[in-house]
Amino acid sequence: MEQFTGRVWVLGDDIDTDIIIPTEYLAMKTIDDMKQYAFSPLRPELAGQIQPGDIIVAGKNFGCGSSREQAPEVVKALGIRCVIAGSFARIFFRNAINNGLLLIEQPELSGDVTEGDTITVAVNQDVDYKGKKYPIAALPDNLVEIIEAGGLVKAMRRRNGLD
Amino acid sequence: MGQTMVEKILARNMGVSAVKPGDIVTVNVDRVMLDDIMIPFIVDKFHEMGFKKVWDPDKVVLIYDHLVPASQQDDTRHYRVGDAFVKECGLIHVHRSDGICHQLMTEAGYVKPGDVVLGTDSHTTTYGCVGAFSTGIGYTEMASILGTGTLWVKVPETIRVVIDGKLPGGVMSKDVILRLIGDLGADGATYRALEFAGSTVEEMSVSSRMTMANMAIEAGAKCAVFMPDEKTLKYCEESEKNYGGNGSQTFAMSLEQAERELRADEDAVYLRTITYRAEDFQPVMACPSQVDNICSVSQLEGTAIDQVFIGSCTNGRLEDLKAAASVLEGKKVAPFVKLIVTPASRKVYEDALDCGVLQTLIKAGAIITHPGCGLCCGRTGGILSDGERVVATNNRNFLGRMGTSKVEIYLASPMTAAACAVAGRIVPAGGLPHEV
Amino acid sequence: MGMTIAEKIIARAAGADKVQAGEIHTVTLDRMMSNDGTTHLTVDMYYNKLKNPRIADTKKMVFIADHNVPSDSPKTAASQKKMRDFAREHGIDFWEGKGVCHQIMMEHYVCPGELIFGADSHTCTYGALGAFGTGVGCTDLLYGMVTGTSWVLVPETVKFNLVGKLPEGVYPRDLMLTIIGEIGANGVNYQVMEFCGEGAKTLSVNDRMVLCNLAVEAGAKTAIFEADEIALEYLKARGRKPKAVFSSDPDAVYVREYTFDLSAIVPVAARPDFVDDVVPAKEVCGVRIDEAFLGSCNNGRIDELRVGASVLKGRRVADHVRFLVVPASQEVYLEAMEEGLIRIFMESGAIVMNPNCSVCWGSCQGVIGEGEVLISTGTRNFKGRAGHPSSKVYLGSAATVAASAVKGEICTADML
Repeated sequence: MEQFTGRVWVLGDDIDTDIIIPTEYLAMKTIDDMKQYAFSPLRPELAGQIQPGDIIVAGKNFGCGSSREQAPEVVKALGIRCVIAGSFARIFFRNAINNGLLLIEQPELSGDVTEGDTITVAVNQDVDYKGKKYPIAALPDNLVEIIEAGGLVKAMRRRNGLD
Repeated sequence: MGQTMVEKILARNMGVSAVKPGDIVTVNVDRVMLDDIMIPFIVDKFHEMGFKKVWDPDKVVLIYDHLVPASQQDDTRHYRVGDAFVKECGLIHVHRSDGICHQLMTEAGYVKPGDVVLGTDSHTTTYGCVGAFSTGIGYTEMASILGTGTLWVKVPETIRVVIDGKLPGGVMSKDVILRLIGDLGADGATYRALEFAGSTVEEMSVSSRMTMANMAIEAGAKCAVFMPDEKTLKYCEESEKNYGGNGSQTFAMSLEQAERELRADEDAVYLRTITYRAEDFQPVMACPSQVDNICSVSQLEGTAIDQVFIGSCTNGRLEDLKAAASVLEGKKVAPFVKLIVTPASRKVYEDALDCGVLQTLIKAGAIITHPGCGLCCGRTGGILSDGERVVATNNRNFLGRMGTSKVEIYLASPMTAAACAVAGRIVPAGGLPHEV
Repeated sequence: MGMTIAEKIIARAAGADKVQAGEIHTVTLDRMMSNDGTTHLTVDMYYNKLKNPRIADTKKMVFIADHNVPSDSPKTAASQKKMRDFAREHGIDFWEGKGVCHQIMMEHYVCPGELIFGADSHTCTYGALGAFGTGVGCTDLLYGMVTGTSWVLVPETVKFNLVGKLPEGVYPRDLMLTIIGEIGANGVNYQVMEFCGEGAKTLSVNDRMVLCNLAVEAGAKTAIFEADEIALEYLKARGRKPKAVFSSDPDAVYVREYTFDLSAIVPVAARPDFVDDVVPAKEVCGVRIDEAFLGSCNNGRIDELRVGASVLKGRRVADHVRFLVVPASQEVYLEAMEEGLIRIFMESGAIVMNPNCSVCWGSCQGVIGEGEVLISTGTRNFKGRAGHPSSKVYLGSAATVAASAVKGEICTADML
């Protein structure tokens, strides 16, 4: 069972894709060019503060709005280990899985946790915050397959006999 | 056990007798829509995946709309990447400056009742207006569809929304869908399908239905469908001829076939059914900065505004421009207030020109831009500054969507928006003094 | 010794009986125009550099937002807000989205005999109505705004004697580009171009605007036509009266004289990156283009839209070309709609934009990308003017631009 610990950034409900990466920056050449602008409408300084291995904890409906896959990609490119939210918007959810960004649904954690604290995630089992265990559900099998393949691109490469 | 309309569409697509919510199924994609913002990413992933050709060039539509006209030097790179992909894969359906993708997909005949359609834009839900299952996806999944023609889908549960009766004057389908989003909440339909029914939606034009299907995503919905009727089939038939008739090689089904193959069963199982009386609706707005933050226009009356935007795949059609023109006819936009009108497509523009609507709008002081996503996607078309307030007919009022995070965006119907432009403040369409 | 039209206008504005080239005079300005390119800078200086600032006469001020309209970034939105707020607070005439500033000025303000400062280099356009219009920086504009006056060095005048009549398919733009090619980009530096002769009588106010507008590309301080019956008719139709109608005295002093035979002019193009690198358009045919632009304060009026539409009628814009059609004002736009021109452009696949400066100014909608080629009816083809530094701009007439849009490469209308 995979387990990891990380520092927490806390965001609210309905963190939409325009907040995660505004349209203004969507046509930049690479995700690395864009990532400095992640979350800029809400917290312009945040992208610069995030360290690899950090965890985002948010309220309900994280990633609502557009289908822009740049959203999960910039979050991943910033080094975010996983996003734990009350719930996720569905396009964002698919896009994250396809890019191998781990998303965990957990409705209570965001109300309890304080930014800057650390939490420990046991994948498919629970989140540990100051000794309290927050249960999390296991991912459906078909999604596990994509993640295990290393994302949809790798799965397709395998299908096409490339890897 | 009976099936909902969405279940029927998916079962029909796969050639099985039934599917049920929660099933993970692989659909055969009837059509895909690729837009200009995403095209470089799609092409990269497509090549990275090792594909050499698209599964069926006739099923692929590439549309430049978010970046037309270009407002940043790098924008034109997207056209070049797109054009190269057109050449590489022999794509035949390309629109480089004809308007917004969702408008073109329906208006140019690319989408038919019962189709399964995917697009790299969240408002792909729009095509439910003609009874198609359609939803937005990311560029990686689009690349895999281009190679395989298939996609896995979890069959969604359906929420049925029944609206009966006659809408009061000054209330448009935009007010209906905003109210519904307010009631459901921004995540109230996440992973779910919406199925609209009732005499009110039966009375609506396809254009009005588009507005509602378009915004279903703002309640998190996977898709939203309307049962095709005579209006739908007429619309589909006419759309075949638009844009040089380059639309679809498939033809819309007959009414009998639609009834037989698509109509939800009497005993279909819905997650829930929400019922409205049309007479209870009133003009509303989505207040900053969430689409589900709904207030009646009269509650907000008097709030000063700086700009009005009429356009987008939500409300940039002829019907919408006509509604705005009916309010603006013989009146003037308030001093120091900007009214920007962006028709949803080349055809909408031409039709509005032919019937004098554009001229009426210009005479009232409107700025008419070329068809495209314009201000709605926040790259150009009337970006605002700190402390400014805009009334807009599009689909999102998220923080920073139209400029800085200190811009306040109010979403409204075209009639309400036009009235606000004249008054220079928030006012219901019926609330304008006659002598203005 | 007599005076030229330009000298007479300055003399009037200076309250002097007579002025001569080389003198410096304090003048009362008749009007000042400022657009969204720089007004925010003027406003900043007004508030930050001056003690107890005031405006001498708000009625003489006109603010016009035209460069980035509708706004395309938070930065331009902030500049325009500053401009709008200032205009509202001080009761200054404010135009936004109604057209390119010089076109608005001609349609609504400029009168023969006036001395007008504009914070834009193409203010020389107003000479088409016998006014002295010249471009200034925002410091000069601020001084004028606060005091109502300014100083001018009386420029020398160069006479351009026009004879004959332009042949069919050749336009005032071809004429002016030819003149600039002949005399060079600094050919009339700090001087006035005075157009006269029987050839001038064959030119409408629209045509004269095309000529005067580009005068700055030859370095001129301004350009001017005598306000004759053609000009006065234009003015009357718009319900305005001249301030003063001046003619140059027979014994006025001209520093140089040129004669151009209009009947000998051919379609020309200016090659990248200089307006005076002018060659017959035939010589650049075959250059593949990515974008074509019909519009600007130089060439976005009803006459040019008619020419463009006549070329486009029944034809389609090449697939790989973005053909931007941008009427110079809402008035032009409406007229073009009513004449059916806009319908022709839309059917041909053109991108019809709202009246603004568009790609002529480069940082607005229609900007071109890396390595791209534009053929334009705009004012300038300087390096990077229309977008990416590696991009190239050719200047040509409306007919050449429209024909090139169809062909996908530079060509003249007769080659279609």
